[in-house]
Amino acid sequence: MLRRNREFVIGVTLLTIVLAIAASSIFAPYPSNDTFVVPPDVPPSWAYPLGTTSRGQDVYWQLSAAIRNTLLFGFTVALISRCLSLAIGLTAGYLGGFIDRVLMSINDTFIVIPLFPILVLFYFVMRDHMSWFLLALVMACLGWSYDARLIRSVALSLRAREFTDTARFSGMTTTQILLREHLPYVLPIVFSTTMNNINWSIGLEVTLSVLGFTNIDTPTIGVMIYWANQHTAMVAGIWWWIAFPVGLVAITFIGLFLLAVSMNEYIDPRSRLSRLRT
Amino acid sequence: MPGYLAYFVRRLGQFALVVFIGVNIAFFVTHATPIDPVEQTISAATSFGSTSPEAIAQMRQSLRELYGLQGGLLEQYAVFWKRVAVFDFGPSLSAFPTPVSVLIGRALPWTIGLLFVSTVLAWVLGNLLGGLAGYYRNSRLLRLAGVLVMGFHPIPYYIVAFVLLILFGYVWPVLPISGGSQMNLAQGFDFRFIVSVLQHAILPALSLVLVGIGGWFMGMRALVSNIVTEDYVTYAELGGVNRPRILLSYVMRNALAPQITGLAMSLGGIFNGAIITEQVFGYPGIGSLLVDAVHAGDYSLVLGVTSVSIVAVSAAVLLVDLLYPLLDPRVKVH
Repeated sequence: MLRRNREFVIGVTLLTIVLAIAASSIFAPYPSNDTFVVPPDVPPSWAYPLGTTSRGQDVYWQLSAAIRNTLLFGFTVALISRCLSLAIGLTAGYLGGFIDRVLMSINDTFIVIPLFPILVLFYFVMRDHMSWFLLALVMACLGWSYDARLIRSVALSLRAREFTDTARFSGMTTTQILLREHLPYVLPIVFSTTMNNINWSIGLEVTLSVLGFTNIDTPTIGVMIYWANQHTAMVAGIWWWIAFPVGLVAITFIGLFLLAVSMNEYIDPRSRLSRLRT
Repeated sequence: MPGYLAYFVRRLGQFALVVFIGVNIAFFVTHATPIDPVEQTISAATSFGSTSPEAIAQMRQSLRELYGLQGGLLEQYAVFWKRVAVFDFGPSLSAFPTPVSVLIGRALPWTIGLLFVSTVLAWVLGNLLGGLAGYYRNSRLLRLAGVLVMGFHPIPYYIVAFVLLILFGYVWPVLPISGGSQMNLAQGFDFRFIVSVLQHAILPALSLVLVGIGGWFMGMRALVSNIVTEDYVTYAELGGVNRPRILLSYVMRNALAPQITGLAMSLGGIFNGAIITEQVFGYPGIGSLLVDAVHAGDYSLVLGVTSVSIVAVSAAVLLVDLLYPLLDPRVKVH
């Protein structure tokens, strides 16, 4: 897999770089919310490799704390929403019939409902009480639907397989069948959709933060861009304050995206075959 | 045709369910939180100078009425539904005394014009290119197009918009970067106004299409390259049917069905896109309205925009769903 798949290698390399930057935040010389600890507005130099912000923060340390929080946010959303979509998708696919129809109607509803106005409404009501984890929770509750449908379609085909009948006749309960028999089949798909889900949640978080609709005391990539915009960094010519976070988040996106694509290809043997042929 | 009727009824039911759940979420979000919008508005209004307790009590009373927050939870729920049903959210606080519905009505055409058109444009272009790329696999030009299109796909929309803004606003200033039309033009159906609207729409639409096209492209290419291997396509090729015709009416028409479902789903994203696009390009649509309302603390306006976007999106999805059987006759039998 490593040798044949270029996308996989590039994706892993990019993500390793991003993770290394995020991990380096534990060596930060000062807490990430402190301001005016270094001279402001210094362009990239040997002392400050990525320059400093107008708020007197080293862009590199700020960036590493921000990407760490952003990634954690993405993982949290993905984890919670994976649990939801697995539970709903497997149940709907296995039980079928009426329950399936009800669950899928709700599912389709969540697919089309406009998320952003709801998230903005949520921020509007919560204001200062908006915490990082709360936002992750809400986004997970709104973001499970697409993958639940995918998992359901796999579960539907698993139900028709013989081993499901064998398991049922040997006296396993529904929960046991779902967890022990069906779950392992679905996991590879879940893994690749996780990447997409992380991308989705990070993108939404960045967007919300850029507009100032999140808790701006927790540094994330979006919050960083927000502060840069607040100080009109682009007009003032402090490009390094915007360019580096934007670049890093783009690298994260492309890395996760390539990983998801290559995994999809690895999981789906049909596209792997057609790849070998051409 | 009873088949179509059953389909119609089912879709209508789905539409009702989307609106129901959406409005319930909006109600839940505004009522399950520990923060009271009335107290928030009062504290904002009284933060400058002191106000007598009686005046505050009176203000509290009238704000509760205005926001539909008096009475028990059930009563509030009923009031909430009534407001959504008749699209009456009372006057806006930040643009007093203009009613919320008027503000929304003014902004909605801009959003629908820009977002709807560019979403559909991205869909058409992405599918066309994807179909071509899936069929003519060895074309260098199409491969290059594929790499370009897919390269834009994972980049967050905000960043693409920003880069376009810098490129065409500062580096090579040929296009207007902000607003919906030229400021001093009267809005009407004359030539100059329409040209100005189109000019202002180029950049935001371009950014939306660039980002949106990739997903459709990939989906269509995968579908087409699967269908191309089917026997009937080979048969048509051997039978000497010309290739554009095979691609368009033999291959792509079959691949279109799931893409249309996808289009219906992505219409839900229109309002997500609207907020960012309109914010970046200063477009006078529903997204700008929402952001301004949040910053001004205008409870009724925020609630109104959210509810209207839920209803509008589900209506758009319903429309796509109802057109679906025209393209895929199998639905009728189902």
